[in-house]
Amino acid sequence: MTTLDLQRLSPAERRYELDLLTAGYVHALDDGDLDRWPDFFTEDCRYKIIPRENYENDLPLAIWYCQGRGMLRDRITAIRETQLYAPRAMRHVTGNALVTECAGDGMHAVTNYAVYESTLDRTSEVFNVGRYLDRIVVEDGQMKFAEKLCIFDTSLVPTSLIFPI
Amino acid sequence: MSTTAKKAAVQPWPEAGPSRVPAWVYSDPEIFRRERDAIFRGRTWNYVALECEIPKPGDFKRSWVADMPVVVARDEAGGANVFVNRCAHRGVEFCKTARGNAKEFMCPYHQWTYNLKGDLTAVSFRKGFKRQGGMPEDFRLEDHGLEKLVTTVRNGAIFASFDTATEPFEDYLGEKMLRYFDRIFDGRDLRVLGYMRQIIPANWKLYFDNQKDPYHATLLHYFLVSFGLFRASEPSLIRMDALGRHSVLVSQKGEQGEVAGGEDMKHNDPTLKLEGPQMLQPVREFKGPDTVVIHTIWPAVIIQQQSNTLAVRHVIPRGPGAYELAWTFFGYADDDAAMTERRLMQANLMGPAGYVSVDDSEVVAFAQDGLAPYEASDGIVEMDGRDIREADTLVTEGAVRGFYEYYRRVMGL
Repeated sequence: MTTLDLQRLSPAERRYELDLLTAGYVHALDDGDLDRWPDFFTEDCRYKIIPRENYENDLPLAIWYCQGRGMLRDRITAIRETQLYAPRAMRHVTGNALVTECAGDGMHAVTNYAVYESTLDRTSEVFNVGRYLDRIVVEDGQMKFAEKLCIFDTSLVPTSLIFPI
Repeated sequence: MSTTAKKAAVQPWPEAGPSRVPAWVYSDPEIFRRERDAIFRGRTWNYVALECEIPKPGDFKRSWVADMPVVVARDEAGGANVFVNRCAHRGVEFCKTARGNAKEFMCPYHQWTYNLKGDLTAVSFRKGFKRQGGMPEDFRLEDHGLEKLVTTVRNGAIFASFDTATEPFEDYLGEKMLRYFDRIFDGRDLRVLGYMRQIIPANWKLYFDNQKDPYHATLLHYFLVSFGLFRASEPSLIRMDALGRHSVLVSQKGEQGEVAGGEDMKHNDPTLKLEGPQMLQPVREFKGPDTVVIHTIWPAVIIQQQSNTLAVRHVIPRGPGAYELAWTFFGYADDDAAMTERRLMQANLMGPAGYVSVDDSEVVAFAQDGLAPYEASDGIVEMDGRDIREADTLVTEGAVRGFYEYYRRVMGL
């Protein structure tokens, strides 16, 4: 495996790598391969889902706050073993990805996302809309999220948020 | 209103009394209208804001009493005012900003202008234009202010009432419930940590009675049971005020381990362990043995202490078939960084993505789906008897019966 060095890539190549990473991430989520979700993160990662209202007002509260890959796995355990929820399928669409900074051991990026929810008794609906603010590093030749913040515009979460964004 | 609609609204309550709840209270639009008038516009104290959200003169926040929009504003003298977010002229909801600071409020439609107390201070073209038009001679600004609510503030929490005859807040809660209220709102300055908001397709009362029902806790919330965080054998209390309209559900968290009293529970897997235990490493910060206190205050607010995570849950009914749940998480101004981190981390249990709360959001929506099409059916509320009393056990629906008994009285059902 060739070693990936973000600093040596051209902007177009970085953007391409970012798109590939995000595409792999959302397909793992949407196609039921939840076990792979933590693999996209570093061991001491930080993952949060934050209402835009809080983010813009410097309020620290997230609706989902994981510190470290272990907490990501705990969420998967809860989804599989303990939480009650009506059957549903989620589908992410991402776009307008930008590398905002590339320095040191990684890069920062922003990507828009929309998540659609499909349940048994309704038509598909827009569930959550927002942007990813990512800090990406290279670990063992792979790009990983050291931090992923999902800042969502949607003012009201419809019923409940079960799956990662 | 048609005769049929009226008739539908006055169906008799089942003869069994508070041990039965008829399904039509959750879906009938006429019942919803009556709740607005009899409960939310009646002699109730309705949570609208925390004082720390509007610290300075001119600070305001949009809020609601049931689904009726109001504005909470601090005036120049420092008082908290609550008035309807409905222009006296043509009914426009004039304030569309969640929070902010203003010198006055002007309705954008015809520029009627109100001060921070809700008094009408200016009407555009009041004297007409070039001697044409204008309001009648006898039009007086002081007759056309915004409808005002009376307000009360206790230790940082602001409540409002449409009815000037509502008893003082302290009497409204009663001595016992006031003690629980003051346990969290103890006079220290508060600090908002953030908000969570969700909309749930269920009647608001289904959530309120869910929060008064500890019977479901060890059965529905597999998370608590599987990780050994909650046991039927742990000391638990239900306490109420004299009227049964307010209640607290109190329990004490155990350590992770085998669940006692689990023989009736379908899901009890003590082998599950959390890989990230930092979420469940609370420190004791309040006196006494209580680690979870869920305090429901009539008609529609819940004060939550779940270990170190504190929140006000404001239930905002959106018609008979939906409610908004607005969570304001807070701590104290003198919290250190470690305590704030604990509150934020433990918030994972609560809200629209909460390990525990998700189950409640989903199950009350399931309940609405089952109840609404079967309007003539009754729900059974008989755990721990058919009467209304406090209990020293989880296995009770006593506070649910208390709630509906009082609800019937106020609603004339």
